[in-house]
Amino acid sequence: MDAAPVPRLQLSGITKRFPAVVANDGIDLTVMPGEIHAVLGENGAGKSTLVKIVYGVVRPDAGTIRWNGEVLVVDSPAKARALGIGMVFQQFSLFETLTVAENIALALDKSRVGRELDTRIRETSTRYGLALDPRRHIHTLSVGERQRVEIVRCLLQTPELLIMDEPTSVLTPAAIGTLFGTLRRLADEGCSILYISHKLDEIRALCDRATVLRAGRVTGNCDPRRQSSADLARMMIGHDLPHPQHRAAAARGDGLLEVRNLSLAAEDPFGTDLRGIDLRVGGGEIVGIAGISGNGQKELIAALAGERLIDAADAIVVNGIPAGQLDAAARRALGLCYVPEERDGHGAVPEMSLEENALLTAYGQQLVTRWGLIRQRAVGAFAQATIARFDVRTAGPGAAARSLSGGNLQKFIVGREVLQGPRVMIAAQPTWGVDIGASAEIRQALIDLRDAGVAVLLVSEELEELFEVCDKVAVMTQGRLSPVRAIRETDAEELGLLMGGSFVTSGQPPSFATRDPP
Amino acid sequence: MMISLEARSEPSRLMAWASPLLAAVATLVAGFVLFSLLGKNPVDAFFVFFIEPVATRYGIGELLLKSSPLMLCALGLAIGYRANVWNIGAEGQLTIGAICGGGLALWLPQLNGALLLPLMIAAGAAGGIAWAAIPAWLRTRFNANEILTSLMLVYIAVLALSYLVQEPWRDPEGFNFPQSSLFGDNAMLPLLLPGTRLNVGFLLAVAVIAAGWLFTARTLAGFRMRVAGLAPRAASYAGISTGRTVWIGMLVGGATAGIAGVGEVAGPIGQLLPSISPGYGFAAIIVAFVGRLHPLGIALASLLMSLLYLGGEAAQIGLELPSAVTRLFQGMLLFFLLATDVFIGYRLRFRRNPGPAAAAAESLAR
Repeated sequence: MDAAPVPRLQLSGITKRFPAVVANDGIDLTVMPGEIHAVLGENGAGKSTLVKIVYGVVRPDAGTIRWNGEVLVVDSPAKARALGIGMVFQQFSLFETLTVAENIALALDKSRVGRELDTRIRETSTRYGLALDPRRHIHTLSVGERQRVEIVRCLLQTPELLIMDEPTSVLTPAAIGTLFGTLRRLADEGCSILYISHKLDEIRALCDRATVLRAGRVTGNCDPRRQSSADLARMMIGHDLPHPQHRAAAARGDGLLEVRNLSLAAEDPFGTDLRGIDLRVGGGEIVGIAGISGNGQKELIAALAGERLIDAADAIVVNGIPAGQLDAAARRALGLCYVPEERDGHGAVPEMSLEENALLTAYGQQLVTRWGLIRQRAVGAFAQATIARFDVRTAGPGAAARSLSGGNLQKFIVGREVLQGPRVMIAAQPTWGVDIGASAEIRQALIDLRDAGVAVLLVSEELEELFEVCDKVAVMTQGRLSPVRAIRETDAEELGLLMGGSFVTSGQPPSFATRDPP
Repeated sequence: MMISLEARSEPSRLMAWASPLLAAVATLVAGFVLFSLLGKNPVDAFFVFFIEPVATRYGIGELLLKSSPLMLCALGLAIGYRANVWNIGAEGQLTIGAICGGGLALWLPQLNGALLLPLMIAAGAAGGIAWAAIPAWLRTRFNANEILTSLMLVYIAVLALSYLVQEPWRDPEGFNFPQSSLFGDNAMLPLLLPGTRLNVGFLLAVAVIAAGWLFTARTLAGFRMRVAGLAPRAASYAGISTGRTVWIGMLVGGATAGIAGVGEVAGPIGQLLPSISPGYGFAAIIVAFVGRLHPLGIALASLLMSLLYLGGEAAQIGLELPSAVTRLFQGMLLFFLLATDVFIGYRLRFRRNPGPAAAAAESLAR
């Protein structure tokens, strides 16, 4: 009997149905003490629902949960925490204006902010290599440091199972290394870890076991260290991974986007000021902007796309015309198309049909008469062409944008911009939260644009994506842009150093953004 | 037994249109109860309030006559409301419109009607636009809340009219009553139906409803107003300027309200009085929402609101109820609409009150 240890967590036959979809269909999963167990799957495969069930946020329709051998009902996150289950969510839940210690105290029962808590935070954080100052305010912390706060908050409750939901999506390569060290150390001490991700390399590097999900079902159970990435991908998406074709030399086109010494104070008090940005994207090339989000990418894109106007008109030049004072519609008329980072409410109006969403930016494609009347038939045809050309899965052009899955809506938005025949294309995190298949198609669309001579600017947090499609890359950190490197002459390590601010010579501490006095 | 509200996964389209009907029915039921409590025979009261006023040809004429200013004001407001531009001051814009149009009638009494009437309508629209431009400018220039500024301007407009009819424009032969001289026939809108007071202002209102539909459903500018209301960030992405949205939203509302003002003084009133509107500009806010901000819905809701005005008047005479009864019914209609609108996004669930053990079992079984 002693020979077979009791599993820390054992799920059997977990099923959860939502009105439109079965998110989890009879899922079995076993996590042993001290095991780092990956839950692998594409967006929409049911990973999040599954861990929310374990953490008591969602209740299953059927199935049982055994915790250290006992059948339990986990009906609330409080219950989960009492059992010893901690979870670090993808979206952090921290108050920006409070200190680290204050945020942690809020989550702990009967705990006061004071020297004792500070000491506990310091002890725990140094023990696991998660340097943290308890007195710092959250808004001065980088995203990686914020994640440490979340992790330390869990660790102070001495969990037996730690759930990490896509923890690396916001981290630099170096910070990912630190995180993995922490997680291995925790596992050595007997804490089990449920690690949710769709990044194959990380799972192969970190995890002991992997449960692969596809469309709500378990499609594989393996030791990821013994599998190739291609094998894991096949389990995850059910077929081989499509690879974008990247032709080396592209025709030089006439598209051109130039940024000259662009500085801009942030509108949002927790935003990032842009400082002296210089950038040139020529026709027939894809320039990538790497960096952890929150370092000024949002502000830069708003300035480039015309959502915020710049006093110096010639700080931004589109196809030779100073555009700093032109709004988004006027820049679009110059041939600048743009895919925003967020789909719902920014790139598309969720309540409106695909036809209306086509009209949103493509009105210049002869969809409107000289008198401003909408040509219904032309709008329908344009939406239909976008749907057909980019293989958008939808009931039809009359379907509301919100009825589409994230990947399909993103394909529609990208397609709508591509079909306008842009000369300059800006894409912000175009594959964020999009499944692998759709991501590959979107990247291919960007490469096709480049081959047609369009100047393409791609802002992405994912280095893999940048290395896959870009010709050149620059790194954004604290509102500054590094010099541009040719993609073949750089590597992830160098970009990681740049993200840490190695090119900034003014001697500012790289770990948090200082703000100039007004 | 437990009743709970449960969020729908999608807002119900059926409920979006059924809600105003439910609200109207609930208003009638509440009215029924109210009449009973006041000691009136509810069936008789009902007849006096809702049937008798429209039982004659003259009554139908009155119904359409009173619906015209409501349609005009509500349509203009709805175009702004769809874009999150909250013009609450249609009553003031209507008043300024009446002053401008009426002033022209007093100033050029000899002009031919075929020329004078279009000029009066244009002057009324221009006056309404000018009055609405003030909150629009304050909003775009200083980010001042247009709800407050447009509302405050109502009282200034009403006092301005009051001053004009008591001092400079008072009829010298009017026995010192605070009113202007009567307009000439050339300044009166031609009648439509013999034996009624219905005039061509009604046709104008219907035409504006049609134009409003064309604007929202078929033009790029109208589409952009809807985008601005639904998703402000998508609007800035598409290059739709916030300022322009505010200007269009406010000025269209001002123009239609101004025309409604001319329709009143050049129609049933025929002169300038200290009070020219029984709150049409405010009632139009209710009409716009009962009509779901849709031109056709607004036309129907205007008829309902017009009936409440007529019924209120009849109730004062036939049932000896105070004039507040009209406002009461307007208020109930809005109140019930806000309540029934909850069911667009939510549904009611009835279930027996479960014990804790039963609840756990039920949740496992589900």
